[in-house]
Amino acid sequence: MSALAHWEWSLDGWIVVVGILCAVACALVGNFLVLRKMSMMGDAISHAVLPGLAIAFFITGSRANIPMFAGAAIVGVLTALFTEWVRGFGRVDESASMGLVFTTLFALGLLLIVQAADRVDLDPGCVLYGAVELTPLDTVSIAGIQVPRAALMLGIVLLVNLFCVVLFYKELKITAFDPNLATAMGINARAMHYLLMTLVAITTVAAFESVGNILVVAMLVVPAATAHLLTDRLSIMMILSALLAAAAAIFGHVGAIVVPDWFGYGSTSTAGMMAVAAGCLFTLAALLGPRHGLLGRFLRRRVTSPSQVIIE
Amino acid sequence: MTPTFTPGPSASSLTHSITDRSVSWPTWDQFQRVLLLSDYNTRLVVLGTLTLGAAAGLIGSFMLLRKRALLGDALSHATLPGIVLAFLFSVAAGGTGKGLSVLLLGGSITAVLGVLAVLLIRRYTRIKEDAALGVVLSVFFGLGVALLGIAQRTGQGNSAGLESFIYGKAASMVALDATLIGAVALTVTLICILLFKELKLLCFDTAYAGGQGWPTLRLDLILMAMVVTITVTGLQAVGLILVIALLIIPAAAARFWSDRLAPMAMLAALLGGLSAGVGASMSALFPRMPSGAMIVLVAALVFLVSMIFGRSRGILARALRRHFFNRKVGRQHLLRAMFEVLDSEDEPCSDLTLVQIDRLLALRSWSPRALRREIARAHGDELVVPAGDNAVRFSPGGLLEARRLVRQHRLWEMYLITHADIAPSHVDRDADAIEHILSPELIAQLEELAARKAEAPRIPHSPHAIGVVSPA
Repeated sequence: MSALAHWEWSLDGWIVVVGILCAVACALVGNFLVLRKMSMMGDAISHAVLPGLAIAFFITGSRANIPMFAGAAIVGVLTALFTEWVRGFGRVDESASMGLVFTTLFALGLLLIVQAADRVDLDPGCVLYGAVELTPLDTVSIAGIQVPRAALMLGIVLLVNLFCVVLFYKELKITAFDPNLATAMGINARAMHYLLMTLVAITTVAAFESVGNILVVAMLVVPAATAHLLTDRLSIMMILSALLAAAAAIFGHVGAIVVPDWFGYGSTSTAGMMAVAAGCLFTLAALLGPRHGLLGRFLRRRVTSPSQVIIE
Repeated sequence: MTPTFTPGPSASSLTHSITDRSVSWPTWDQFQRVLLLSDYNTRLVVLGTLTLGAAAGLIGSFMLLRKRALLGDALSHATLPGIVLAFLFSVAAGGTGKGLSVLLLGGSITAVLGVLAVLLIRRYTRIKEDAALGVVLSVFFGLGVALLGIAQRTGQGNSAGLESFIYGKAASMVALDATLIGAVALTVTLICILLFKELKLLCFDTAYAGGQGWPTLRLDLILMAMVVTITVTGLQAVGLILVIALLIIPAAAARFWSDRLAPMAMLAALLGGLSAGVGASMSALFPRMPSGAMIVLVAALVFLVSMIFGRSRGILARALRRHFFNRKVGRQHLLRAMFEVLDSEDEPCSDLTLVQIDRLLALRSWSPRALRREIARAHGDELVVPAGDNAVRFSPGGLLEARRLVRQHRLWEMYLITHADIAPSHVDRDADAIEHILSPELIAQLEELAARKAEAPRIPHSPHAIGVVSPA
């Protein structure tokens, strides 16, 4: 394939690495979101962190990481908090309260950003779809190797996510499946809930630069959902989702270079193709999955003979 | 795509930037022009967004009741690939690629595909609705972004306009856009009115509707189609992400004012139109504010006010109702307790007999202070008359009321024993809980029941000993 002839490991390799780090970090927390039926909370938080970032930027005047992450974490928790308030006090349906809280926060964020438009060189499109292709150009030096800053940030976030998930594995598992049992066992279900929301928020911020805030949802939800189709055990689901996420990242970048070439166009956005790759894997799992796939169910139904049914 | 948040030249003043906003306040003349819609452009924008807001509010109320509020979110993201594909096709066919109807048609097609995908995933896999929405939303949007990347690289300068779909550019609405919005809004409203009965049934009891033979799937699809149309039309006015807000917020706000569907839907349309109109006007007055954001913030304010002050389900209304209910319950408990004390002592139940407060205290788990407060309140209502520090007696009106309450309570206890198989010693608690909300119709039924059991229409004896605390 002539398109891949331009592959440069120093650039494309790092792009793939950043993609993998982002995808795996997201997939780790995404499992719990999918199991708790809160997948759209990932979407909500990734939209809502915008004002948090804007305020953090206004206050500190720089793009330093810590204030950004702090701002995002705070807004992430606030989103969850406000949603709970509206749902509890206002007795509004859960998805509606989520929708209204995050759209309001997003509108607030847009307002703040537009206010500062003449003081900052801002491309809103970048916030939304990211620019992973540019990440290898912004490097820091670690032990003599030039590492993209995005890879560093995502690596740290991945480690934090991994650490929290492993440390609180039992608690997260029980609160995901049965919050009431968790409370009865003495596990603070609310604390786990807000911990999860905080992790989602910081992962979103870290992933802004690589895939943008809308495609974070893809990485949070799709590999986890795909893994959910393939297994019933949580530990296997987590490992599978990480593998699937990494695969989506690899196929995404390769696809971004190769697929447009089939149609005679140049390369396209890696982030978009990552989401598409994840979607393809999901479709394959839905159709061909060994236990829950459609094809399998269809064939099993054909194979069961009438006499077997009567005897049982 | 340039990186984000690079500081501008006046970096030193950034620490004060949050106060140095330099918003230019409109002059009175400008204010008047916008209010009276004297500018053609303003008129177009305000009326266009107003109609859109009203239609979105109307459809949103059905979506809210179907608990599908976030479907608008997924749909609005799913339109992106369609819009970009339509752009690419029309450019390839030699057009400018910016024809609104072509783009919107493309968007509608992929949005419908998105809805179908959600339905299929929900129906045929073990993935639940929220994850299905998340998958469809992100994958379709990713596809759109990938296609957008291709479109931008084709070098068509006007492809940058596609990004306006995310933020909305109501300010540059032309007559054609406004007409389109108006037509769509009108069609949607008409369909909603015509199919109101069917949609109402669909929202509240789908199973019953299906059992009665209504084509629930077709109705569902019609509803989805209307959501798609509104979403796609709204992209131009308020942007992709903020059209969801118009679908959710006015409906949620209207929910606080009424428990019936028709008033709620009409109010949702009104609030949606109001928010959109006010937001668009404010955006015209303060040109730097993006119209979509202003509209959403106005809608959120309306929601907040509704959540607090809504007559039917607002926080204030519920708190007041609870407060008055608690007062009523306290009063009824006092009267009944007094009557039961007299009854158990075989004293004549007249309004001259004194009831000792100590006996009352023993009857229920209330503190002396709470009891005295209840007596003071009942005294204010002229139902009891305190007699010294330790006793209280009925007033004539109070005695009548007490007889009525005790009769109601005993009837209900009897019903629970005979028809609900509750042990006599447990019945007091259950009766206590329900008797305050018995309606006159129900009382009449219970009286008929008593009559059939050949009980004289008087107060039945208590099935349990008075003053014995029943086991929980």
